[in-house]
Amino acid sequence: MNQQSSTHESSGGLSLFLKTRLQHTLSELGQAFTLFFQTLVQIFRPPFQFDLLIKQLLLIGFNSLSVVIVSGFFTGMVLGVQGYIQLKPYAVEGSVARFVCVSVVKELGPMITAFVLAGRIGASITAELSTMKVTEQIDALEVMGTNPVKYLVVPRFLACAIMLPTLTIFSTFAGIGGGFVAVVSLFDVNGHFFLLEVQRNLFIASVLVSLIKATSFGMAIAAVGCYKGFSISTAGGAEGVGTATTGSAVISLITILILDFVLNHILFNILGFV
Amino acid sequence: MISVKNVRKTFGDKQVLNGLNLEIPRGETLVIMGPSGCGKSVLLKIVTGLMAADSGEIWFDGTEISKLKAKKLNVIRRKIGMLFQSAALFDSMTVAENVAFMLDQHENLSPQETRKIVDEKLSLVDLDGIREMRPAELSGGMRKRVGLARALAFNPEVILYDEPTTGLDPITCTEINHLIRDLHEKLQVTSVVVTHDMQSAFSVATRIAMIHEGKQIASGSPAEILKIDDPILQQFILFGAPDQILNMENPILKEFIRREA
Ligand SMILES: Nc1ncnc2c1ncn2[C@@H]1O[C@H](COP(=O)(O)OP(=O)(O)OP(=O)(O)O)[C@@H](O)[C@H]1O
Ligand SMILES: [Mg+2]
Repeated sequence: MNQQSSTHESSGGLSLFLKTRLQHTLSELGQAFTLFFQTLVQIFRPPFQFDLLIKQLLLIGFNSLSVVIVSGFFTGMVLGVQGYIQLKPYAVEGSVARFVCVSVVKELGPMITAFVLAGRIGASITAELSTMKVTEQIDALEVMGTNPVKYLVVPRFLACAIMLPTLTIFSTFAGIGGGFVAVVSLFDVNGHFFLLEVQRNLFIASVLVSLIKATSFGMAIAAVGCYKGFSISTAGGAEGVGTATTGSAVISLITILILDFVLNHILFNILGFV
Repeated sequence: MISVKNVRKTFGDKQVLNGLNLEIPRGETLVIMGPSGCGKSVLLKIVTGLMAADSGEIWFDGTEISKLKAKKLNVIRRKIGMLFQSAALFDSMTVAENVAFMLDQHENLSPQETRKIVDEKLSLVDLDGIREMRPAELSGGMRKRVGLARALAFNPEVILYDEPTTGLDPITCTEINHLIRDLHEKLQVTSVVVTHDMQSAFSVATRIAMIHEGKQIASGSPAEILKIDDPILQQFILFGAPDQILNMENPILKEFIRREA
């Protein structure tokens, strides 16, 4: 009897816990989308502050270019080695260039760039905005008649949406280059043949896919970074800033993975890209 | 000039403001006193439209602002200068850029004109030659002054001070109090000072309002406030600054008795 009632209570507690948890998640999602739409509205509302945008573009570019290139290069090398070893038993090791090229352009280029930027830029956006929030700087902006979404979120959002595809071009070239270096130097593959294969398999449509993905990832990183920065409570203090920052990187990474799946489905399955 | 009418605000199940009424007449320096956590900062945030009240009205010069659209609210906000409790300087900018912020955002001035205004405002708060410094390099008192210079940049009609002296040493406190009085006299602005520092309260106020449990429990001139026979008020004043206020030799007390006469 006693046992029964306690089991009943704890299951009630669990479902209550899940319910409040779900409500919390949904309300956060709602707030994040509200911020996203406010951002879209503010992008098209004058005055346009290009100086703020350029500052963010340079910041992101300088901070990430070398890391993106190095990450892309080594990923390409790994792909080259693995590809060659896996294809060799079937005597189709000649397709290794195609394998590297297609995976880097359509999948790994945008993905690696997005991962690097989620960790560096997304987290630093959250750290900066949440610090501004707890030190009342965002309130100060608002009291002085400046819209914080327009002043802080819009330039970061646009800069990520522009810089992600730009950096993806670099990481893609670095990836193909890495594959080339690994395959040509380690295995018996002709360099000229490799490059010819790459050229033959590099379609405009694939590049388009890559850029669409990269742009979407960029928007997601900025949206998550800004939302996590803004949503901290003023009473959070330094501890709140730390929690928000790690939270931002993790949520960005998961969002990118989910978004990648959704985009693959839409682009390849529904719209019929190759 | 500003009236707060029957404002209520709760956080969760915590009632912070509980039907607060407050009149802020033009040209006065109103000091709002109340213990820590009684909702003074929340009140200033509601008055500036940073936070929505659960119910009640805020009137600014005959306009009810709590339901205004962002655009109209921003027009009114430009008439208000606010000094935040933490100064809230933008750390990514220099002192000069901080002070010039509203001019850069809302006016089309030449760099020379902006520079002139910035220098003028910085000298109003007795800070010269720190234009290019960053907020992180400044002391607490200097940050408050820069915050004040920034609040003055747009020639506000009202200045709101959120605990201007909290966390500063006694000498710097006295300087800030002087500054508040000076600005009041020089610029004829309406000032609202929120504080729990009795010394500061009695040194700058032309009127005092006391908040307790989300309501105004007393208001009047400093001399009137001292005479009110209310245990909470007396305890607060006694607790706040026993010698300074009650000692008749106290220069502050002398000063406002002289002013009253
Ligand atoms: N954004 C918020 N969310 C939840 N609670 C809040 C928020 N802002 C303030 N509070 C609560 O409201 C109460 C009043 O806070 P407020 O900052 O106005 O106090 P205060 O009078 O300014 O105190 P102090 O003298 O310490 O500055 C506090 O109990 C605080 O916990
Ligand atoms: Mg406060």
